[in-house]
Amino acid sequence: MKLLVRNGRIVDPASGRDAQGDLLIVDGRIAALDGAARSAGAERTLDAQGLVVAPGLIDLSARLREPGYEYKATLESEMDAAVAGGVTSLACPPDTDPPLDEPGLVDMLRRRAKALSRARVYPVGALTVQLKGQTLTEMAELAEAGCVAFSQANVALDDTQVLWRALQYAATFGFPVWLRAEDLSLARGGVAHDGEVATRLGLPGIPPFAETIALATILELVRATGARVHVCRLSTAAAVEMIRQAKGEGLPVSCDVGIHYVHLSDMDLGYFDAHCRLVPPLRSQRDRDALAAGLADGTIDCACSDHTPVDEDQKQLPFAEAEPGATGLELLLPLALKWGAGRKLSLAQTLARVTSDAARVLGVHSGRLEPGAPGDVVVFDPAASFQVTAQALRSQGKNSPFLGYELAGRVRYTLVAGNLVYEHQ
Amino acid sequence: MSALPDAEALCATLAAALRPHVTPSTAMIGLYTGGVWLAERLHAMLGVEAPLGTMDIAFYRDDYDRQGLQRDPKRTRIPFDVEGRDLLLVDDVLYTGRTVRAAMNELFDYGRPARIALVVLAERGGRELPICAQYCGARVEVPPEMRLRLQRADGGKLSLELKRAT
Amino acid sequence: MRHSPQLNGDGKLQHLLSIEGLPREILVQILDTAASFVGVTEREVKKVPLLRGKSVFNLFFEPSTRTRTTFEIAAKRLSADVINLNVAASSQTKGESLLDTVANLSAMQADLFVVRHGSSGAPFMIARHVKPHEHVINAGDGRHAHPTQGLLDLYTIRHYKGEFSQLTVAVVGDILHSRVARSLIHGLTTLGVPEVRVIGPQTLLPAGVESLGVRRFHDMRAGLKGCDVVVMLRLQSERMRGALLPSAQEFFKHYGLTAEKLALAKHDAIVMHPGPMNRGVEIDSTVADGPHSVILPQVTFGIAVRMAVMSIVAGN
Repeated sequence: MKLLVRNGRIVDPASGRDAQGDLLIVDGRIAALDGAARSAGAERTLDAQGLVVAPGLIDLSARLREPGYEYKATLESEMDAAVAGGVTSLACPPDTDPPLDEPGLVDMLRRRAKALSRARVYPVGALTVQLKGQTLTEMAELAEAGCVAFSQANVALDDTQVLWRALQYAATFGFPVWLRAEDLSLARGGVAHDGEVATRLGLPGIPPFAETIALATILELVRATGARVHVCRLSTAAAVEMIRQAKGEGLPVSCDVGIHYVHLSDMDLGYFDAHCRLVPPLRSQRDRDALAAGLADGTIDCACSDHTPVDEDQKQLPFAEAEPGATGLELLLPLALKWGAGRKLSLAQTLARVTSDAARVLGVHSGRLEPGAPGDVVVFDPAASFQVTAQALRSQGKNSPFLGYELAGRVRYTLVAGNLVYEHQ
Repeated sequence: MSALPDAEALCATLAAALRPHVTPSTAMIGLYTGGVWLAERLHAMLGVEAPLGTMDIAFYRDDYDRQGLQRDPKRTRIPFDVEGRDLLLVDDVLYTGRTVRAAMNELFDYGRPARIALVVLAERGGRELPICAQYCGARVEVPPEMRLRLQRADGGKLSLELKRAT
Repeated sequence: MRHSPQLNGDGKLQHLLSIEGLPREILVQILDTAASFVGVTEREVKKVPLLRGKSVFNLFFEPSTRTRTTFEIAAKRLSADVINLNVAASSQTKGESLLDTVANLSAMQADLFVVRHGSSGAPFMIARHVKPHEHVINAGDGRHAHPTQGLLDLYTIRHYKGEFSQLTVAVVGDILHSRVARSLIHGLTTLGVPEVRVIGPQTLLPAGVESLGVRRFHDMRAGLKGCDVVVMLRLQSERMRGALLPSAQEFFKHYGLTAEKLALAKHDAIVMHPGPMNRGVEIDSTVADGPHSVILPQVTFGIAVRMAVMSIVAGN
């Protein structure tokens, strides 16, 4: 099938292109741009006048809540949310129930996702059995079943020896390991950033060195094993600096930040707003600003949504008892645009952090608009704004610190493998 | 509208009317704020033995549900035993009677007096309860949107004034 | 959600959730009203009819006989009907959410909820969900606030010292876990106390405590010098187990209030303690029972202060 996306502002961060033009997709792949696209004779045309045409967003962390948490959300609802947000590829963490530590579970998840024909789902496998931090999983088997990396999700490993062996094993096969840097014992009992806000609100705090101490351990083990590690959800200014130095040293590390963290700080907790109960915690304004700058200068490779649907019952609780997490698939684009505008970056530079750079970490060929790349495209209006309300969100998770906010960046069309999987009414 | 009566003159009239009825068991209680000023004056003029009592009815008002608690409550101090006393309850102006009703309720939480007589400098009609003053300086006509109150100047001179009700 | 959750549209006190965020005038109003109620507590008939016909529900998710009893006495002296609900932590695991519990009580015509909860912020959440005519009074939430205790401490200080603008006040002990300390500190700074000190080992002083407007001291003798008021906080025995302190003995040696250390404060300094006291841990018996101690009067003032708070909010 030949599909032409006509007259849009084509922004391709990978090549640096930002110019009006046309895009042709044939048999699920980008076939041609501009002149060659126009003259090809398409069966279907989408008018992208006044809109931006970009690679579909790639989200490195989105919880789909299946298997096991179907009362929180289902694959259908979350995949709907993904494509409504212009996300065409997403990686899901292994903290499902049961955790993704068996090839059969991974296989089933991939089949289910594929059958829904919306975004592409890349499962991240469990690093240890049941995520318990004791026995290694059969990483090779899991990789064969489709896992793109291995992680402990938010379940910190307390045994450094196990972490070391896991990294050695993964390095043997060249498997990437995605880790959140958090020292279990220092974070224990904490629910907020250990600073002035937590002191005022009387909330148990997680000190910033809970992240940096764990990060130092991880970096040492990377030096020792040569494992490829992607550090997930940085939260402190100090960690950004450590990654900068590690990259300068030539270590095979990459990292990401949750898009919420370049906008929000612990000041946003207000009067105990449980929608700001997140893991890692929202930290000081200084940390937020360092994360925003680190994402801009590329020290932080990409931003993800860390989409975590939580039902309202679990948020209508005292702060420390509320379940952490925020919905985010549908807000990744507008929040990324807001960040980029705030840093005075070009649209291409902004979008790189949620397309080509994320693709590089994920190890996929999408995230770019060159001939031969998968036909995963998002067409959006950067100026159109919408109000973030429960009704407006397709995800079953309505839990967002941005509820009530007006955000700019509204998706018009989402294409996956050349199929129109979402159209804004 | 005719001028308001001279508060100092009314005070003297009241003292003259009260003097024959003051006994060793007499005690006086002034209601904040105007009633306390008047009571202080009368107490001195009449030489009442028992120390002066002062009362704030904030906790006994009947309009709490509508108006909430008053901003600046004073302390009620009754420095004598109420039981069996001849009490003179003193207020500046008698209007609806609700203040006096509240004051009596509060008084009975301190004990059972032998009798209570109400002493007011002025009464303005508009009674909403079956209450009257045994000793009254003058009757003053006041339009409903106005308030009649006793004022005390820095030097201590008492005067009546009219103010628009808020 | 940037408006004050405690004040209604007219700037009047709708709920009492924390001292932080209350304007000075409202604090003073509460203290002045409490003074009037002290008079009531001193006479034979200790009741006034203000809250007659109103229902006060004591919703205590954390057990406490002292505070609950004080609130009960205060409510009854206002002629209110009092219902006590001791929702122990275990019944919460039966599945009824906090909001469901409140909604059920609301259906029983509650006017005032007095809430004590182990999690900081719980009363704020409740206050967001009650009906317009219902009022919430925080009787202590986690480490965050204990506003009525803070108010009675302020009342006590005002009673003995007259006014706040020349005082040096020291708060000693486990500030980290203390809602009493946080509330008192906010009250003192709002009322213009020029020097508020916190004294304790590093493990018991929270991160960034200076941002509350206090000076921190690790040396108790240095911190007590020239103080007008010394407030001793209770040290819970669990703190010994959480790797925060080695022993009660060592704590007492360095941070316990003895007559010898107290002598460094002003000669007419007063000693306060929110209770219950651990004699020999944070305070020596001779000081607790001595001439500087105002610990017992604090309790009397506590009833009057709670009467004041309830009668102010219930009328708005």
